[in-house]
Amino acid sequence: MTAHQVSQVTLTTAHEHGLTTEEFERIEGILGRTPTFEELGVFSVMWSEHCSYKSSRVHLKTLPTTGPRVLQGPGENAGALDVGDGMAVVFKIESHNHPSFVEPFQGAATGVGGILRDIFTMGARPIANLNSLHFGRPEHARTPFLVRGVVAGIGHYGNCIGVPTVGGEVHFDPGYDHNILVNAFTLGVVASDRIFRATADGPGNSVLYVGSKTGRDGIHGASLLASAEFDAESETKRPTVQVGDPFTEKLLLEACLELMSPAYSDHLVGIQDMGAAGLTSSSTEMASRSGTGIDLDLSRVPLRERVVTPYEMLLSESQERMLLVVHRGSEEVVQDLFRKWDLDAEVIGTVTDSQRLRATYEGQLVVDIPIEPLTDGAPALDRPAAEGGGEQETPRLVLADLAEPLDYGEALLQLLASPNLCSREWVYRQYDAYVGGGTIVRPGSDAAVVRLPGTEKAIAMSVDSMARFCAIDPYVGMVSAVAEAARNLAASGAEPIGVTNCLNFGSPEKPDVMWQFQQAVQGLRDACVAFGTPVVSGNVSFYNETEGSSIPPSPVIAMVGLLEDASQHVTQWFKGEGDAVVLLGRNHEELGGSEYVATVHHQVRGTLPWIDLDVERRLIDVLRASAREGLLRSAHDVSAGGLAVALAECCMTAESSPRLGARIDLEDGLRPDALLFGESHGRAVVSARRRHLTRLRELATRAEVPIAIIGEVRGHRLEIGELVALGVDDMHTRWSESLEKVLADNPPQ
Amino acid sequence: MRWGVVTFPGSNDDAQTAFVLEGLLGEKVDRLWHKDTELGPVDAIFLPGGFSYGDYLRCGAMARFSPIMRAVESFAADGGLIIGVCNGFQILCEAGLLPGALVRNRDLRFLCQRAHVRVEDTDSAFTNRCRRGEVLDIPIKHGEGCYVADAATLDALETGRQILLRYCDTEGRVTPASNPNGSLGSIAAVRNARGNVFGMMPHPEYAAEWLVGGEDGRKILQSMIASGGVAADAVPAATRSKVVSGP
Repeated sequence: MTAHQVSQVTLTTAHEHGLTTEEFERIEGILGRTPTFEELGVFSVMWSEHCSYKSSRVHLKTLPTTGPRVLQGPGENAGALDVGDGMAVVFKIESHNHPSFVEPFQGAATGVGGILRDIFTMGARPIANLNSLHFGRPEHARTPFLVRGVVAGIGHYGNCIGVPTVGGEVHFDPGYDHNILVNAFTLGVVASDRIFRATADGPGNSVLYVGSKTGRDGIHGASLLASAEFDAESETKRPTVQVGDPFTEKLLLEACLELMSPAYSDHLVGIQDMGAAGLTSSSTEMASRSGTGIDLDLSRVPLRERVVTPYEMLLSESQERMLLVVHRGSEEVVQDLFRKWDLDAEVIGTVTDSQRLRATYEGQLVVDIPIEPLTDGAPALDRPAAEGGGEQETPRLVLADLAEPLDYGEALLQLLASPNLCSREWVYRQYDAYVGGGTIVRPGSDAAVVRLPGTEKAIAMSVDSMARFCAIDPYVGMVSAVAEAARNLAASGAEPIGVTNCLNFGSPEKPDVMWQFQQAVQGLRDACVAFGTPVVSGNVSFYNETEGSSIPPSPVIAMVGLLEDASQHVTQWFKGEGDAVVLLGRNHEELGGSEYVATVHHQVRGTLPWIDLDVERRLIDVLRASAREGLLRSAHDVSAGGLAVALAECCMTAESSPRLGARIDLEDGLRPDALLFGESHGRAVVSARRRHLTRLRELATRAEVPIAIIGEVRGHRLEIGELVALGVDDMHTRWSESLEKVLADNPPQ
Repeated sequence: MRWGVVTFPGSNDDAQTAFVLEGLLGEKVDRLWHKDTELGPVDAIFLPGGFSYGDYLRCGAMARFSPIMRAVESFAADGGLIIGVCNGFQILCEAGLLPGALVRNRDLRFLCQRAHVRVEDTDSAFTNRCRRGEVLDIPIKHGEGCYVADAATLDALETGRQILLRYCDTEGRVTPASNPNGSLGSIAAVRNARGNVFGMMPHPEYAAEWLVGGEDGRKILQSMIASGGVAADAVPAATRSKVVSGP
């Protein structure tokens, strides 16, 4: 291959780039000529689903994105919320699904690297990573290999760069056997008047390339790997997966934050990371935001290998790179700063007023495209949507046909050891949760809590999805996931203040998938309006399919909460003998879609539990008010596995022994299995000192939240009426050893 | 006391270390850069944790050749007080300032958890504020924390009372189950024979505040402060020679 490969572009070339005939004709219309090979590459990535959001844009516009705290909504590298005292939090969640299935370690690692760059690009120092992982059945041959690789990759990147991984979720379901989900979340902090944006203002200013050199990795990661479904050939796409270098990113992080500090920041105009579609998308999007143009001289791009074509330079997704626009005359100061950190920094272009992206290579013009059709003018589709056909209708669940367990204690143990409910300690022990020194609540409670540096405040975070519910009803499933996240934050004592989302679905070209997507977006909208939590950033991942079969609809959200006083945080485990155990909320006879029905009766069926957002909001108010008044010794929301699993978790999850048990008596006329394992919403288990019960009751009654004293923290056994009597240490053993056992029973490929 | 906290490329715990020393314990801190060749007027050196040079080679093997390490080695030879935590411990071993080596954890995975360590000896500049047999609750977070040394070295460490901390359970019992990473002799921390250089895998800087991780780690740092920058067996700071000598 010569350094500058000249290829004749035809309709076939366009199809190979994932463009349709109609799109190719549109490109010819825009340019008034046949595109060059490089231009075709630029269009294909910018118009890919991953970069253009062409199937989702019209729907995402319906989400609530404003509010008094919102400093930056969707459209930037990440969203930003004001948390008072002149500080802001910047956060986003993003998918790295296909790369992680093809190459789990590097795929997951670069997923973390990418989301970190989105945060520090805005001037924010990352203080917390979380993630949401969906794997196939544990017994599927590839699952253990994927779990080990993904977890090690996430740990490798986060641990090495020094950002704590403080929470997340792991799910197993056959629906992900051939297409796992790896969604990574990062939150950073910044002075609210020092948020940097990805702009390219001021014609004549210089465009600087900083960070790692460009290699030939990750080419078409966004357009071909992330924007098309999987097939038998997918394994051969391994070269499209990037390779991560957290050490270089650590240097880049420190250098960028130093550049954005008051000593240097006057030199900087705008900054954006080179993520999906690399140099192409970063330069185009920066020019688009400022209404300017950019001229690039590709001959000056720092290269990792001798032969990289201009086409590859434009599309490479080599990691740990940033594009800066600096004031004319500031180039040397900025270059010196990056050299101090042993990083490349080259002037590769100029801001113009042409409103065009132009790129030359060895004096020859290879790209000359107007900016607008690449960004705001990219194709937007309102794809047809229709509810799925007969086989997707969820069978009804007839309780009368469902046999009650003979031994409720054994059923509880079975649930505690099930892949979706067992302890995640094997996973999170591989993540550094301490680094940075701000982690107040580490993984293992309802929400992670991290101190807001230099203040009395803390930020709480929870990542949630309800794939099993969404498979039955994507609208109710999405609303349920948002409600669970809000409950998790409130149970930790925090006020929910904002949301970021990662919407993982199958092919948008299928009407039933589009219907699922629309339902989920509506659910997200309704729930976020109800909780007053604007959606400030997000990501859509379509084409999660293999050989024509889609993943279950899997919208994931991360919710962020604020604690005005970090010392008022609450954790989920019981704290002291003699404390009263209190149930907030009402039990209903609802078993549809529950983990119990799935695990004990091996069925995914039934009507989902009823959810009333007004009930949820009132419960949250009670939890927050009682946390603020210091009434709660522990608080834990009731979700997967129901009340019995929630109680078991209150007993088992304490970090230091001896772990405490409880004596519980439930007076309710429900079927015992529905009472113990039903997943009705709007409930939380709290424990409190006896002397605080009167006040707790007042707060609950005033908010019209049902309250019942159901027992007492006592001894080292969990006893629920006559149904369950289990030693806490025995439960803990089953629960904590299960995951490693499941993975070990099925050795890696 | 005046501390020098060294930042290598890839150090992650340097800022937290400086925060604890300065912000919580009221000490003076000079931030030192790996390209520096002099330490300045410091009483003690802290080599923090992290992934120096990405740990792409053996942990600490690159950092050991940083310009500043020449000055650190001279400081050690002059009897200066040095603590290395986690990656800092690894660097001290690579530099030959401490005996033994740190290799991959027994189960080959990174391990982040609370750990309990038993104080084995209190007659040192690093543990004089602890009680013998006291159990400290200090987190560990490492992939390569398994301490190994040959039998002769281990014997010398025992007889020289150089093993200062061992992994144990909450009651102070040293058992195979209480050893998180497979370290020989459950060793979590050692000092050199002279008593002025010390390495530990647990992170005292992440156990210095009630709100985040407890306060047991303070005892290590306070011991060093109480020693006034002088190791029990070492030459007093005032009479330190200015001659540069090898490790």
